[in-house]
Amino acid sequence: MDPIRDKILKRSKESNQDVIGKILSYAAIILILAVVVSIFAFVFAKGIATFTENHASLKDFLTGTDWNPNVKGEDGKPLVGALPMIVGSFAVTLLAALFATPFAIGTALYMTELSSSKGRAFMQSVVELLVGIPSVVYGFIGLTVVVPFVRSHFGGSGYGILSGAFVLFVMVLPTITSMTVDSLKAVPKHYKSASLALGATEWQTIWRVILRAALPGIMTAVVFGMARAFGEALAVQMVIGNASLLPTSLTNPASTLTSVLTMGIGNTVMGTVANNALWSLALVLLLMSLFFNILVRMISRKGRM
Amino acid sequence: MNPKKTNTLALLMIRIIAVIVVVILAFLIGRILIQGLPHISWKFLTTSSKAFTSGGGIGIQLFNSFYLLILTLIISFPISLGAGIFLAEYAPKNALTNVIRMAIEILSSLPSVVVGLFGFLLFVVQFKLGFSILSGAIALTFFNLPLLTRNIEDSLNSVPKLQREAGLALGLSKWHTVIKVILPEAIPGIVTGIVLCAGRIFGEAAALIYTAGQSATSVDFTKWNPFDASSPLNLFRPAETLAVHIWKINSEGIMPDAEQISAGSSAVLIIAVLIFNLSARFLGQKLYQHLTAAKQG
Amino acid sequence: MDALKYDLKDTYIVRFNQKETEIAMTTNNLQVFYGNKQAFFDGNMQFPKNRITALIGASGSGKSTFLRSLNRMNDDVARVEGQIMYRGIDINSRNINVYEMRKHVGMVFQRPNPFSKSIRDNITFALKEKGLKDKVEQDRIVEESLKGAALWDEVKDDLDKSALALSGGQQQRLCIARAIAMKPDILLMDEPCSALDPISTLKVEETMLKLKERYTIIIVTHNMQQASRVSDYTAFFHMGHVIEYDKTKHIFTNPAIKATEDYVSGNFG
Repeated sequence: MDPIRDKILKRSKESNQDVIGKILSYAAIILILAVVVSIFAFVFAKGIATFTENHASLKDFLTGTDWNPNVKGEDGKPLVGALPMIVGSFAVTLLAALFATPFAIGTALYMTELSSSKGRAFMQSVVELLVGIPSVVYGFIGLTVVVPFVRSHFGGSGYGILSGAFVLFVMVLPTITSMTVDSLKAVPKHYKSASLALGATEWQTIWRVILRAALPGIMTAVVFGMARAFGEALAVQMVIGNASLLPTSLTNPASTLTSVLTMGIGNTVMGTVANNALWSLALVLLLMSLFFNILVRMISRKGRM
Repeated sequence: MNPKKTNTLALLMIRIIAVIVVVILAFLIGRILIQGLPHISWKFLTTSSKAFTSGGGIGIQLFNSFYLLILTLIISFPISLGAGIFLAEYAPKNALTNVIRMAIEILSSLPSVVVGLFGFLLFVVQFKLGFSILSGAIALTFFNLPLLTRNIEDSLNSVPKLQREAGLALGLSKWHTVIKVILPEAIPGIVTGIVLCAGRIFGEAAALIYTAGQSATSVDFTKWNPFDASSPLNLFRPAETLAVHIWKINSEGIMPDAEQISAGSSAVLIIAVLIFNLSARFLGQKLYQHLTAAKQG
Repeated sequence: MDALKYDLKDTYIVRFNQKETEIAMTTNNLQVFYGNKQAFFDGNMQFPKNRITALIGASGSGKSTFLRSLNRMNDDVARVEGQIMYRGIDINSRNINVYEMRKHVGMVFQRPNPFSKSIRDNITFALKEKGLKDKVEQDRIVEESLKGAALWDEVKDDLDKSALALSGGQQQRLCIARAIAMKPDILLMDEPCSALDPISTLKVEETMLKLKERYTIIIVTHNMQQASRVSDYTAFFHMGHVIEYDKTKHIFTNPAIKATEDYVSGNFG
């Protein structure tokens, strides 16, 4: 009889602990997966009801400019032209990215190439604080500072795409900056020293070597920023003026998918055309967020090759 | 222009941009504090809000924000912990794990308004919970899970592999090695992550408008039985948070002092976020020191 | 000078007469694969009880891979085929209780890896997990193990200090103490001195010599002097094969195989 030998052949409490651990961690991950799947399933099911139950045409939805789901058009189909919101969302997103990218790259370059480690830590806190400011606070500042500013300098009511883009500019700036910093840091040090050793100036090195090497990362950062801008709801809704009209100028009231959604859900009754139409907007948001995700993946895959 | 001049000019531009960014932040925070601080008083922080007249406070909203934050963390921490442990310790390297990671990434990039609407659909409407703190906490959990999970995974991964082998080589089960050896060493990172998430949850509004609701029902701060309808701890009462309050009074508020209340509330929100931010650093550092304390003696 | 020039089939592996020499562990036809790549071939070795066996060879020769397979530390990363016989059972079989086995086949790693707990807790942690609650008994084992690892005199007044405050050499001896607190039969050591300075190395070596009275030690080392100083038997590994396994004295003075001779004399590869 060898007691040690017997023990090795038997199960012990450790074997059970491992089973428990596996069950707990697998259960948690399955729960998260279930959440993701059900978000897609629910929003998808609700979002297509406009077209399956209320017989709105998808073409009208994407190209129509008349958003008035409670009213039926000449063809007897509800007026669900979402183009104004789609255009509004893209307009604020692209403008915000356009404003933010040079600032983000500049700040990131300052942090990685020019500043001392103290300066870098300081800028790091600045970026983190900008991320930390809640979007309603951005909205409030937009309302009390940006809108009057736009009104007096660019004309119009002040509410509109330009104000939305200004607010989003500050909101996506930290996102793009910190991801750009990561991609700049990933550029091998010897690229820089090789270029400097060849007699290039610092700026030539940055422009020709570092930025080029970090380009895929910077593009990913910009797309991430755009994804955030596209999905941002309240800050934009507070300054854009909420008029579901096809925007004709940057300084007149307009709307985005998110703004119409936040304003509308509370004012419509579940199951009605008006409500379903809003879910269709939510579906567009969901699909766009998926699209941005795929775009990021494609860019980073290209970058690795 | 010769390269030298271009160089000087370009580097100057970079510095100017960095300064502009700092100025933007300073302006934002300065403006909010200067505009808001004068409105903050004990009375403002403790009395309830008024719909039509001036002089309302944010007492209930403030309480709701904290209560919601705590509830959300209570629900999301165990799930994130399990998921983070799965990803860091158990996940096999295969296509399925990649799909799981992608799903979590997608969840983290979903617009919070969509997450809120899903919560609305599922909990408020389908499960008939109504606008309630619980619905809000669950919606915030959805939106918090991917971040917290990734944070826990990263913190666990930052503990050297050798520590796992140390535990396993002593005959410990993998599970106990993880929770009794690896997890304690990952605590500083995890705590920092939780506090930063807390800041995000505290300021979130879009996911709450249609889940926790936009009304601050009055509560009786002497009743602490959660099943009492007017108890502040009641999970099924609608609960407007501070962030939602700011949004609400700016979009449809009709009280005469809406702007002052917004300013005061924004200042409170910013101060809370600043505290979360600073304490995340402080706590992380302290815990890290504590962990390696004896280095100094 | 090409390492490929040696015939990997040209080997000499000592066999023990089990009536004269007690064997602690035997491997039969052990093979290790990383994915499709075979990292170790045909391990047929007997490890005599209460002896120190050194595994030497160049980096990538498969010695660490082999060692880590002996207490199944490679389970997650590699596929191990063949038998590892210990107390009459094949501990490489799927059905055995790996956790229990590891309590008897302990391991010390390349770099010191104490838990970030106090010195005392580093040793008692696994004991408590095993169910030992008696404080007096715990203290006794702490003292005994630290003495066994020749660390007691240096730390006996600081048992509640964090283990991370110790020097590298002390940390490694603490890891040895932690391993022997479990009262293993066999102690596997994977280059235990590679991260240590010469003085600490010497201390760990002294410790090993003392430990072999009670334990069977199998040690992987890069350092041939170390192998010749501490071990009774030495196995020379090359490209995933055991080329020669014999008394340490023979390996270093009169090896049977050309590859071994070249390696120990420094004319290798």
